[in-house]
Amino acid sequence: MLRRTLAAVAAAALAFVAPVQAQAPAAAPVEIQFWHGLPQPLGGLLEKIVSDFNASQARYKVVPTFRGSYAETMVGAVAAFRSSSAPHIVQMFEVGTGTMMAAGRAIRPVHELLASTGVNIDFADYLPPVRGYYQAADGRQMSMPFNSSTAVMFYNKDMFQRAGLDPNAPPKTWAEVEAAARKLKEAGIACPMTTSWPAWIQVEQTLAIHNQPLATQANGFRGMNAEMRLGGALMVRHMQNLVEWQRQGLFRYGGRDSAADGLFPSGECAMAFASSGLRARVMREARFQWGTAMLPYYNDVAGAPRNSIIGGASFWVMNKGPNAGETGGRSAAEWRGVAEFFRYIASPEVDAKWHQDTGYVPVRRASYELTRRAGYYAANPGADVAIESLLRGGAATDNSRGIRLGGYVEIRTIIQEEMEKAFQAGQSAQQAMQAADTRANAVLRNFERQNARAAQ
Amino acid sequence: MDRKVIFKGRALPLLLLLPQLAVTLVFFIWPAAMAVWQSLLQQDAFGLSTEFVGLENFAEVVADPAWRGAAANTAVFASSVAMLALGVALFLAVQADKAIRGQRFYRTMLIWPYAVAPAISAVLWLFLFHPSIGLIGRALNAAGVLWDYQLNGSQAMLLVVIASAWKQVSYNFIFFLAGLQSIPKSVLEAAAIDGARPLRRFWTVVFPLLSPTTFFLLVVNLVYAFFDTFGVIHALTKGGPGKATETLIYKVYVDGVDNLNLGSSAAQSVLLMVFVIALTVVQFRFVERRVHY
Repeated sequence: MLRRTLAAVAAAALAFVAPVQAQAPAAAPVEIQFWHGLPQPLGGLLEKIVSDFNASQARYKVVPTFRGSYAETMVGAVAAFRSSSAPHIVQMFEVGTGTMMAAGRAIRPVHELLASTGVNIDFADYLPPVRGYYQAADGRQMSMPFNSSTAVMFYNKDMFQRAGLDPNAPPKTWAEVEAAARKLKEAGIACPMTTSWPAWIQVEQTLAIHNQPLATQANGFRGMNAEMRLGGALMVRHMQNLVEWQRQGLFRYGGRDSAADGLFPSGECAMAFASSGLRARVMREARFQWGTAMLPYYNDVAGAPRNSIIGGASFWVMNKGPNAGETGGRSAAEWRGVAEFFRYIASPEVDAKWHQDTGYVPVRRASYELTRRAGYYAANPGADVAIESLLRGGAATDNSRGIRLGGYVEIRTIIQEEMEKAFQAGQSAQQAMQAADTRANAVLRNFERQNARAAQ
Repeated sequence: MDRKVIFKGRALPLLLLLPQLAVTLVFFIWPAAMAVWQSLLQQDAFGLSTEFVGLENFAEVVADPAWRGAAANTAVFASSVAMLALGVALFLAVQADKAIRGQRFYRTMLIWPYAVAPAISAVLWLFLFHPSIGLIGRALNAAGVLWDYQLNGSQAMLLVVIASAWKQVSYNFIFFLAGLQSIPKSVLEAAAIDGARPLRRFWTVVFPLLSPTTFFLLVVNLVYAFFDTFGVIHALTKGGPGKATETLIYKVYVDGVDNLNLGSSAAQSVLLMVFVIALTVVQFRFVERRVHY
């Protein structure tokens, strides 16, 4: 006990001394460990931003490390925290948000970090679906939004022309999509439509766009006791349609997560629902005329269409370990360095460049404006479809703010598994959605039990 | 008794054993003990709240239809892989044992696949059998066979079995070939003089004499199918479609790494550990004695 108190005093003393030392010209910069999960070429672009930050000042040095996929980065950060060597900043995919938010003393919420270091970031300027995904129910910012995408529709203009469809009027509603798919099929196109990220796009996005809940408690934003609502009328109807279209050869299931990404740029499928981040690959690989459009909706559902939700990742600030105490095991200079880095990546210039280089959406209105004024959208038609769909229908509702469920990585897998069983004709759409509800609820209850005490 | 002649006292032998004991302790016993301990806990991912639940995790795992499904998949998968890998390897070894031209080249080529990492071999199979980018997958669909392992569970199982067995054939081949070469020519010649035809010679003379090798390989192949096929499944099907190719070891990974459900994952790996121990005991105590040497 005495030893711990002494350590705390020493840490506090260091905290006072460190900034003074840092001002001395000979002092080595304070190192900030930053783990990310972006493979090349995105990872290199991210590390370029980091080295630009390091070059912009001399007091802090952010050290980026690639830790494998998002899931591997998450497990790595969890393991590091348990052995008291967590990185200062970790990039975490959006589905890990519920888990991180419940992580209690493992994390330092961004609003706390900014308040304690006196750094100001104008979150009001952030796109609502972006900032909202990473906010607590009361609107306080929990993590730092960064690379965000949303789902859009890509379509092959050459194939549209061949099928007698107007290549400059992509279908807006699901009824129009179905009609277009039939014409494409008649014109001899083997794969009229496909989808990447079946759970994210055909379930989460579809529900958000139609202002329907995925789970109770505002999709989990209001509490861990949320229950799944996949068995609702809209979801069952949409799933029934997909299964039926697949049976008739209008829709092709291309696999889980991003497995179907290749089917569009290769010229195999005429319409593809995919992440807006696929744009870069389509530009590079497609040997045909193509266009981008917002996700379709059912026009007989009141209130549709609304904004789509985001995917991608945000930056979480972590305490060093379970026994790090009030200081989180870091000096004041380290916290300040993290906050300064966040201020840097929040600047519209950095954000706008990231958007233009990668195909992720700009997270701020200011960077959107900056990009527009630079003439980027005039030169790259369709690059703004993703942002427009994030802003469609005004302010986000409880159903279109995002998903805040613990163990959501597992739930997404469950949804995809049950969808696959429905596509195999092993069960009806209704059974699939109900089975997914039951299994996902078990995950939610398990998570609630494990985290009930940690969150306090 | 003779050991006391070599070493006076106990200190030196213990000292010499120490490095190996330390390695075993740190890399095998300790992690295994941690897994057993973790399997008795319910814990959040970050280890901030821990609850001792006794055997509850085990009860949940055994009652879970998903785990039972994975156990059934594993039984089908492991037995198919072992049978296929052993059968093909034995056939190839018997052919290679004959005096044929280019024998050396033929043998070397058969050993090659063993050097390929599981994940790489899975990618090679993916390029062959993917319904839209795979050479054979496209040909099958063009020929009117509805081939799509991403949606057809049986086809997915078939594919991971073939991909896993393919890698193991080389290993089995080497052992079978060595086993065949150690069978005395005189025995075969005696059988031939007695009028036994090649097929009969194989089943009544060669196969029984090979049985120690076969049994050893059977255990090795089962263990391979249980534990070392993770890379193949991960790269080809990720356990899907549905849960059609999710084996026990893959489920341990998914629950522990993707789902961060450490208690359940630890309980499952403890069950697997018990299974391997049982398999080893059966091998040494029961079956090995019956095998004809």
